[in-house]
Amino acid sequence: MEPFVFSRATDPGKAISAAAKSSTAQQGAEVRFVAGGTTLLDLMKLNVERPTQVIDINHLPLADVERTSDGGLKIGALVRNSDLAHHPQVQRDYAVLSQALLSGASGQLRNMATTGGNLLQRTRCVYFRDTNMPCNKREPGSGCSAIEGFNRTLAILGTSEHCIATNPSDMNVALTALEAIVVIRGTAGERRVPIGEFFLLPGDTPQRETVMMPGDLITHVILPPPHPGARSHYLKLRDRASYEFALASAAVVIAVEGGKITHARVAMGGVGTKPWRSPEAEQALQGQLPNEHTFATAAVAALHPAKPQSQNGFKVDLAQRCLTHALSTVVA
Amino acid sequence: MSEDTSSVTPLPVVGHQYARVDGPLKVSGAARYSSDHSFPGMLHAVPVCATIGNGHIDAIDTRAAAAMPGVRKVYTRENIGKLYRVPKSARDAIIDERRPPLEDDVIRYYGQYVALVVADTFEQATAAADKVKVSYKGQQTPNVAVKLSADERPKADTERGNPEAAFASAAVKVDQTYSTPPETHNPIELHASVATWDGTRFTLYETTQAIVNFRGVMAQMLGVPSENVRVVTEFLGSGFGGKLWPWTQAMLAAAAARDLHKPVKLVVSRQMMFHNVGHRPQTQQRLRLGATHEGKLVSLQHDYVYHRALECDYSEDCGEATGFLYSTPNLRVTGGFAERHVGPATSMRGPGAVPGLYALESAMDELAIALKMDPVELRLRNEPAIDESENVPFSSRHLKECLTTGAEKFGWAKRDPRIGSMRKDGLVLGWGMAACSWIAERFPAAASVTFNADGSVRVASGTQDIGTGTYTVLGQMVAELAGVELSKVNVVIGDTNLPPGPISGGSMATASLVPAVAQATRDAIDKLLAAASEGDSHFAHAATDQLAFAHGRVYRKNESPDSGRRFEQVLTAARRGHVEGQGKSEGTFGQPGKKEYSSHSFGTHFVEVTWQPEIARLRVSRVLTVIDAGRIINPLTGRNQIEGAVVMGVGMALFEETHYDKRNGMAVNSNLADYIMTTHADSPDMDVVFLDYPDLKLNEMGARGIGEIGLAGIAAAITNAVHHATGVRVRDLPVHIEDLLASKVA
Ligand SMILES: Cc1cc2nc3c(=O)[nH]c(=O)nc-3n(C[C@H](O)[C@H](O)[C@H](O)COP(=O)(O)OP(=O)(O)OC[C@H]3O[C@@H](n4cnc5c(N)ncnc54)[C@H](O)[C@@H]3O)c2cc1C
Ligand code: SF4
Repeated sequence: MEPFVFSRATDPGKAISAAAKSSTAQQGAEVRFVAGGTTLLDLMKLNVERPTQVIDINHLPLADVERTSDGGLKIGALVRNSDLAHHPQVQRDYAVLSQALLSGASGQLRNMATTGGNLLQRTRCVYFRDTNMPCNKREPGSGCSAIEGFNRTLAILGTSEHCIATNPSDMNVALTALEAIVVIRGTAGERRVPIGEFFLLPGDTPQRETVMMPGDLITHVILPPPHPGARSHYLKLRDRASYEFALASAAVVIAVEGGKITHARVAMGGVGTKPWRSPEAEQALQGQLPNEHTFATAAVAALHPAKPQSQNGFKVDLAQRCLTHALSTVVA
Repeated sequence: MSEDTSSVTPLPVVGHQYARVDGPLKVSGAARYSSDHSFPGMLHAVPVCATIGNGHIDAIDTRAAAAMPGVRKVYTRENIGKLYRVPKSARDAIIDERRPPLEDDVIRYYGQYVALVVADTFEQATAAADKVKVSYKGQQTPNVAVKLSADERPKADTERGNPEAAFASAAVKVDQTYSTPPETHNPIELHASVATWDGTRFTLYETTQAIVNFRGVMAQMLGVPSENVRVVTEFLGSGFGGKLWPWTQAMLAAAAARDLHKPVKLVVSRQMMFHNVGHRPQTQQRLRLGATHEGKLVSLQHDYVYHRALECDYSEDCGEATGFLYSTPNLRVTGGFAERHVGPATSMRGPGAVPGLYALESAMDELAIALKMDPVELRLRNEPAIDESENVPFSSRHLKECLTTGAEKFGWAKRDPRIGSMRKDGLVLGWGMAACSWIAERFPAAASVTFNADGSVRVASGTQDIGTGTYTVLGQMVAELAGVELSKVNVVIGDTNLPPGPISGGSMATASLVPAVAQATRDAIDKLLAAASEGDSHFAHAATDQLAFAHGRVYRKNESPDSGRRFEQVLTAARRGHVEGQGKSEGTFGQPGKKEYSSHSFGTHFVEVTWQPEIARLRVSRVLTVIDAGRIINPLTGRNQIEGAVVMGVGMALFEETHYDKRNGMAVNSNLADYIMTTHADSPDMDVVFLDYPDLKLNEMGARGIGEIGLAGIAAAITNAVHHATGVRVRDLPVHIEDLLASKVA
């Protein structure tokens, strides 16, 4: 770990202007906010994150869950994952989010982890976490160790020849299916970024993961009002029964009217370089009968663009099963 | 020796359930583990690890590190001071990595210690260790290939008859190869050393399953007489074999303490645990079984290869149980090794037998299927009358009863052998079973037992409790022999200043302690009777041989024991503070000469898995284990050992495997998030049945060990159940989702 200056933010404006001095908000940032610390401190101990300044944002007034005027939900960036998962309105209107949160990490970690921190958690690619190995995400241009190495857990969708790292979050998959809005306050004021535009594909700049700019503070996540009549579900598949990142997961929001699917939102986790929304699957579902055949067709469509690596070809089949099962569960 | 001590019956304490006596200390945080020891002026050491897996150190630049805040000294080969080797032949100083740390510039495995930073705080030492610059030369790709073929001609461990010919002409055959991956011990307590040196004597607080051996090794490696080394392990946060023999961080800490004249603490990191402190080596095993149509084995061949680290000669004896588990006139077991650029391998819970029985019991299942015979029946038909490998009778063997009891309690008769045919609550069920075995022997042991005038009894032995319950069962033995309440027994262990006790390994600590403790108790009783005769007016004029002892009381032989006096009254009357007895027993393990008996524990596992084909989800739902391990001294701690082993077995079958990167030999999953082990949510419903037949040939209580047998066979029982549920036969552990996706069961 490198020495760093630690301070506690009492006011968002000051935190933002302090963080704005960083040359980047992506890999290599000199200034980092710390919320739950469950990603940041881990990576600092591994020398993967080496901020010279760490600003504790835990005392900012961003820990509330409020209703929005249109019937949606405004979630403060500091709301803990366990509190959000057990929030009655989340359980009732956004079951997929509650289920996704509870499938992640462990009870202790969820008690620390925050909404903002979870959005920005980093990949679990083993080479990203080891400074002795080349990694384009950690050190741009140094090469990707995973392509020729251990890649069983890595992505099959959205990859590039420069990086195949998975976005490991469960919460983000649910937020993607729910079409959440990320509210960011920066030096130029507030912006509202749809989650579909928040994450970037690795391309030839895998060190850039999001649209976050120096100084940017995530203040809230907004969930649009629940789609009338829709039901949602999250299914996570992994080697063991708990405390493991997804090999494949699916978040689905489906409404059925008059025997036909009238609303379909599909996102997948564990398989993409970002939380993976599948327009192909949604299209295959829209207007169709909610039966096994439709679901299987949607699953095949969702995985159509997949490009497996040497060890993770099984994820194509697994993700298809995952999505099919999530869909049949949600309409059951 | 008093004749009447044998009348200390019925046995009120042994065989009964007692919660761990050290439980309150542990749950309240008061139990002091090795790294909890701290001393004024103590310094912290952090090793620097090689980042290549094969090559040489070119240069080490320590200047930047040495200039960091709080740094006292940076050690390399140049300045670590004299460290010596232990001879291979040393029986009282066993170590798997015999090369002292920093001895030369050769890098034999990724993560090997190349330097050591000592600073005022752990944080300072960690930061400075990052700044030590190591450059390498002659770097080559390490060999960590997964496929194994023996480097030298494999040697026959045991053989009889003509196995090739019998196999060639057998009516029904199985010829398959099974493999198990490298597994890393992950006890929750990290290996740690706190070393102090007073100019002459070392006192070392270590994480070890064998304090006496540790002292032997450290005396040799530090080049000092063994009386100048004291090793202390009050509590151990488990070891699973990984803490049997010393590892090189201990010499680094001691060498730094010697040089700096300060106590030095060194705690190995979780990542280092994957390279520097042993692992279960990878194995590859070919099994050839030939049988008659009636299911009688006519030939059994077991040829295994395991990987071995450079300059280490640990061997994984996969054929440990193969020679005697079943009856067959023709048999051969051979073993060989393949060298790899990996850290040293060592014993992991049930070494040899655990991977070996995975292979043998999988092959037996495949044979049963080939014969269209029930797997329990196949095993019953091959029950031997004697140990056919050693040609001696078994001291006590009840495998048949383990098979029949297990089958009955599990409901095995309801099993439909057709693949994927059993269903429950929308899930496919798979039922599998396997037999298991583990050695039952004794190590040498010494102990003392003291009756105190305050009514307490002390038992002392230089052994250790590795979390298995030695404090409790040792207390129970003495409570029983001395006729006092368990709460009155003070168990003192974990210090080499005490009479040398057994290692906590091979599941032999309990069995080894019985004779020594019994003898020490008898000796203490003799001394107590002498004290009564000599100094207690109540027994005036009674010669020692007219007195007897039972249930904590001294009495006249011609009167009833109830008329006697409690030992504390006797001691008080005789104005004696205490009387102390000594006991000592020889070991049976590894002794030369032919044995009269073959001593082993036996058991069976019956397993149910659930399979959800649509999402390729497999879970172990139910395990019933029947164990024949002699007399169970404490069914509570005993059951805990078996259940713990079953949980570990679920991990062995389904999750655990260390991946070494083929480019540099680094364990890529060297943390507890990426090295997958069983969680609570993965733990099945477990039931344990002990047959409880005393093995009186082994010791007078008839107690054998139970620490390891529970892990033997369980992986095969699980993969056999997986086959029954899914039709997929997994011959390379662990079972992956990848394998199961091939299942045709819908
Ligand atoms: C062992 C382990 C297992 C895990 N398993 C899972 C799992 O199964 N599924 C899963 O989804 N997750 C899992 N996680 C990840 C966990 O969910 C994340 O670590 C957690 O959500 C991060 O939240 P935090 O508040 O602790 O973030 P921090 O570590 O505090 O911050 C993470 C990053 O976000 C930035 N940041 C935080 N808040 C803000 C803000 N408001 N504005 C701008 N930047 C901000 C920080 O600067 C930092 O760069 C696991 C983690 C561990 C350690
Ligand atoms: S996959 Fe991405 S994160 Fe992993 S090594 Fe390659 S570049 Fe780095």
